[in-house]
Amino acid sequence: MPPKAEVVPRPDATPSPADDPDADMSKNVTIEMVKVNKWFGNFHALRDIDLTVYEGERIVICGPSGSGKSTALRCINRLEEHQTGRVVVDGIELTNDLKKIDEIRREVGMVFQQFNLFPHLTVLENCTLAPIWVRKMPRKQAEDVAMGHLERVKIPEQAHKYPGQISGGQQQRVAIARALCMNPRVMLFDEPTSALDPEMIKEVLDVMVDLAERGMTMICVTHEMAFARQVADRVIFMDEGQIIEQNEPETFFESPQNDRTKEFLSKILSH
Amino acid sequence: MTDISSRVAKQGAFVRSELLPMAPPPRFSVGTFGWMRRHLLSSPLNAILTLLGAYAIWIVAKGLIEWAFVDAVWRGADRNACLASVASHPVGACWAFVHAKLGQFIYGLYPASEIWRVNLCYVIGSVGLVGLMVPSIPFKAANLVFMLCLYPLLVLILLSGGHFFAMSPGAWAKFGLSLVLILAVLGFLAWWTKLFDPGRLFKLWACVAAGLAILLSLLQTDWGLMPVRTDLWGGLTVTLVIAATAIVLSLPIGILLALGRRSRMPIVRTLSVLFIEFKRGVPLITILFMASVMLPLFLPEGVNLDKLLRCLIFIAFFWAAYMAEVVRGGLQALNRGQYEGGHALGFGYWQLMRLIILPQALRIVIPGITNTIVALFKDTSLVTIVGLFDLLGIVQASFADPNWITPATWATGYAFAAMVFWVFCFAMSRYSVFMERRLNMHNK
Repeated sequence: MPPKAEVVPRPDATPSPADDPDADMSKNVTIEMVKVNKWFGNFHALRDIDLTVYEGERIVICGPSGSGKSTALRCINRLEEHQTGRVVVDGIELTNDLKKIDEIRREVGMVFQQFNLFPHLTVLENCTLAPIWVRKMPRKQAEDVAMGHLERVKIPEQAHKYPGQISGGQQQRVAIARALCMNPRVMLFDEPTSALDPEMIKEVLDVMVDLAERGMTMICVTHEMAFARQVADRVIFMDEGQIIEQNEPETFFESPQNDRTKEFLSKILSH
Repeated sequence: MTDISSRVAKQGAFVRSELLPMAPPPRFSVGTFGWMRRHLLSSPLNAILTLLGAYAIWIVAKGLIEWAFVDAVWRGADRNACLASVASHPVGACWAFVHAKLGQFIYGLYPASEIWRVNLCYVIGSVGLVGLMVPSIPFKAANLVFMLCLYPLLVLILLSGGHFFAMSPGAWAKFGLSLVLILAVLGFLAWWTKLFDPGRLFKLWACVAAGLAILLSLLQTDWGLMPVRTDLWGGLTVTLVIAATAIVLSLPIGILLALGRRSRMPIVRTLSVLFIEFKRGVPLITILFMASVMLPLFLPEGVNLDKLLRCLIFIAFFWAAYMAEVVRGGLQALNRGQYEGGHALGFGYWQLMRLIILPQALRIVIPGITNTIVALFKDTSLVTIVGLFDLLGIVQASFADPNWITPATWATGYAFAAMVFWVFCFAMSRYSVFMERRLNMHNK
């Protein structure tokens, strides 16, 4: 039997600007990153990342390309391995223990820039594969759950098509439904609209807004600033592998403090 | 720029009021005539080449048809029928020879009274194979288990006669004891390393033990069949036994080797690379010689593995190395996103491979797998050099029969062997094209 997952207590001093002890003591910590560092060869990709995400929080991470935002996101479900520091998800610390990694991945849904749907399976099979094999759910039940989520992302009629037969926006919505079928505690979005044609971005963002309004804990790496304003509880700006600034969206967009943030915002908001 | 603006000025702005209906294509571009114009006569040079090509085809086809049909001898009891002096016309193929030797070509020197056993294998095998290959026939899973587990055993017992050995009660006790001992060691390892679950291990081991016990008791049962040594097996039967065994074993072993070669574990990777490179680097003939001549020197005294069995094992491993490289090509063709998508959903390594990676990788390399299988099928004839008589071997051996020595015999025998090999290989090739289309529906 695997040893029972240890619940890691929240450290007393989490150096995070959003960590307001009075307001947040009642909330559960879902993700905690403490002094996380990562190197690709000699390149210091993540530098002392500290991030605490509470249950139900919606966080948007933005920053120039190569700033480490995707890498930071991918450390949360161990698609990237961090070298120093701690990553604790849902009370389980990420170590080399494969069982714990799989346990965490079951609870953390992820949506990729390139969708990463399984092209040899139909839309419905894409959605039921993990519940059936990983969660050991009976096929009938898995299909019912999947159809429910496909309706939620508004494409139940495409259930029996293959991913290659539907549009990019529809594929990304299937990818979201596929992640939701595992009933995750957290959803990670890694630039979900960057590979989409302009007219399809809205249909994906609508689904994400709907998800946020239903109280899903979400971390989104995205450049959709209107989306950030609309749903985010916190916006984080990263550059050169570190968190430069984080704040409520209102303050973040209206009065950014750091010069890098100002420069970045002026570039992406000018048009 | 002035061009465009002046044109607009001249012609005025344009708004289409009615959509044009679809019109048929020009007559010369469609139908047989259009096809010929485009593909055969598109320029004077191509027209000349077409005519030359047609002439070359005519010369070859004419000679072939004359040899195989017009001048061929179809009936006859012995060599006299195929002599030009007796037939009083130039003799092409001597099909009478093939007709007379057909039994030998299929069954080798298998005793005539026992040939029903071989035929039974052929019939059951064909039925099972058709059941597997035609998509609309049900019971695929049950059939697959039958064809992979029971059928090989059935063929082994039917062809050889079974009753391989007899175990005393003492031997059975030793067998049972060693099973329990191995389980104890594995259980200890499971408890110590915590890598696998003892409950599942126990179930798995119970299945393996039961399978082994059933296998052993089946192999020593006296079925009342006359024993037939493998050196009497021959012809097409041996060709098919070798090819089928090699195909069925080399694919799964090859897949495991391909996965091993891409593994992150250094020992697994190194062993896989060593195995693949060693097997690929040595000619099959050398490997067959090792199997038939050298291996017995290494085996302990008294242990005598059958020569056919030794060749089977070595051929299967040889082709597994080739399969491994083909499969590896498919694995490398897959996007890293497929692995990440699977990992993010919580799939473990084996589930990820079985459900997501291999189904896609294998589809990509169907042409490569087919290529290897066809090459494997033809290379079974190399066993001739270690004294096993496959189809080609038995055809060559039959040339020595003084009853059938004629100038036409050799060419006829080789043509017949070539035809049989071609029919099998072409069928496999066609079936793979069919599978490829069927499995790639999602790309349409």
